[in-house]
Amino acid sequence: MTPLMHGFVWGLVIATVLVTIAVLSIWFERKFSARMQSRLGPTLVGPAGILQLVADALKMMQKEDLIPEKADSILFRLAPPFTVLFTLSVAAVIPFSENVLAADLDIGVLFMLAVGGLVVFPVWIAGWSSNNKYALLGAMRAVAQGIAYEIPLVLSAMVPVVLAQSMRFSDIISVQAETHWFVIWPLGPGLIAFVIFFICSLAEANRIPFDIPEAESELVAGVTTEYAGMRFGLLQMAEYLHTLIASAVAAAIFFGGWDGPFAPGLHWMVLKTLALFFTIFWIRWSLVRFRSDQLMALCWKYLLPLSLLLVMVAALFVHYCGVGA
Amino acid sequence: MTAETILFYLFGGLAVISALGMVLNTRNTVASVLSLVVTMVSLGAVYLLLEAYLVAAFQIMVYGGAIVVLFLFVVMLLNLSTDEFPPSKQRLIKSAFVIAGVAILAQILIALGHDPLFATPPEAVPEGYGGYRQVGILLYTDYVLLVEMASLLLLAAIVGALILAKRKID
Repeated sequence: MTPLMHGFVWGLVIATVLVTIAVLSIWFERKFSARMQSRLGPTLVGPAGILQLVADALKMMQKEDLIPEKADSILFRLAPPFTVLFTLSVAAVIPFSENVLAADLDIGVLFMLAVGGLVVFPVWIAGWSSNNKYALLGAMRAVAQGIAYEIPLVLSAMVPVVLAQSMRFSDIISVQAETHWFVIWPLGPGLIAFVIFFICSLAEANRIPFDIPEAESELVAGVTTEYAGMRFGLLQMAEYLHTLIASAVAAAIFFGGWDGPFAPGLHWMVLKTLALFFTIFWIRWSLVRFRSDQLMALCWKYLLPLSLLLVMVAALFVHYCGVGA
Repeated sequence: MTAETILFYLFGGLAVISALGMVLNTRNTVASVLSLVVTMVSLGAVYLLLEAYLVAAFQIMVYGGAIVVLFLFVVMLLNLSTDEFPPSKQRLIKSAFVIAGVAILAQILIALGHDPLFATPPEAVPEGYGGYRQVGILLYTDYVLLVEMASLLLLAAIVGALILAKRKID
């Protein structure tokens, strides 16, 4: 099988599984948030309401396909699928085990950051083409936030790259499997870099506490204001996919990916990814939303200098102690 | 026809169509900027097919990600209206660009006539050529002065932007 065919087949499998998990996680989040707020959550459709999302999807598909009269109809239609497309493309370079991966690129981490950075465009198109002031304000916020948090995201992702001396995901994981997970050792830089990476991923995905682009108390629904039916569903799903894929990346570059005792590698990778994904729900239902200026201050005044410092510390560590010491 | 060829024509065609879409679109500037993104990303995909991974990543990251976002903000903040570029002025600019384009195309064709591409089979490149290691080592040894100068330039630009913005606030 040529690498291209291998990529097609595995890419299709991985994308399907990720989308399924993202859809299931919407039900899980509703149950989980209900538990945290002393509610019951969905109970009526299927056992414990697990078929609720099927009912929701059917409802979304049946809805009238509304496109505002003054909207740019072509761009308005293109934005939701492209949001999902760019988000899913990142998954192409993530190895889920030694064999389950679509493309083990030499520039894996760089590809992940480059394609991940493109997601701001469809989000912005969605807001701009709606021709609605709330949507446009939301889009402006999303782009400003996306650009700002991209920088500490890139720098914190460089820490494992420097420590492993490679941008290939499988190399980063093998170095961790031979020595220690980067989140544990070297003590300090790995852990802090992971925290920064995680915070920035949440901000890039516009999740609470960083969801000012769709702050419902001030912007109605931000970027998604004018969207209805399945287009809205796609935008919503892109957000879940983004957090899921960010969890997978963090699990791979900071938590040793498929490395773990007893069970096959794939189990460990999935377990680590889902644990991080769960943490995101936890954070979401525990914290309140940041204000716009607090968000920018956090990024430019704290995360950016800190992540620059971490890259330097990681480089010094490798210089004096060697790779994977 | 292999899958690579099909993908090449797909992305190459997309790049050409969206480049034309960018230039010929007079309806709205934002759509032009978005066509530019499609051109940049398709070119990145073509580089990936050529196995020039680092160039592809930079193409998408620097052009697609950073520069076009800048264009987008400039277009939105300037809020250009059609009065500032009346059709008469536009026609002049357009004809100038068409002449320049034709001149460049002619030059490329003449150059190809003298020295056709692939007349001699290309030499095999050494392992890892053009990878991030080689480029990085070159940047921080032979070209370190230029890198530092570029970073100073960026620093000056940041300080300048801060001063301009702060004066307005004060």
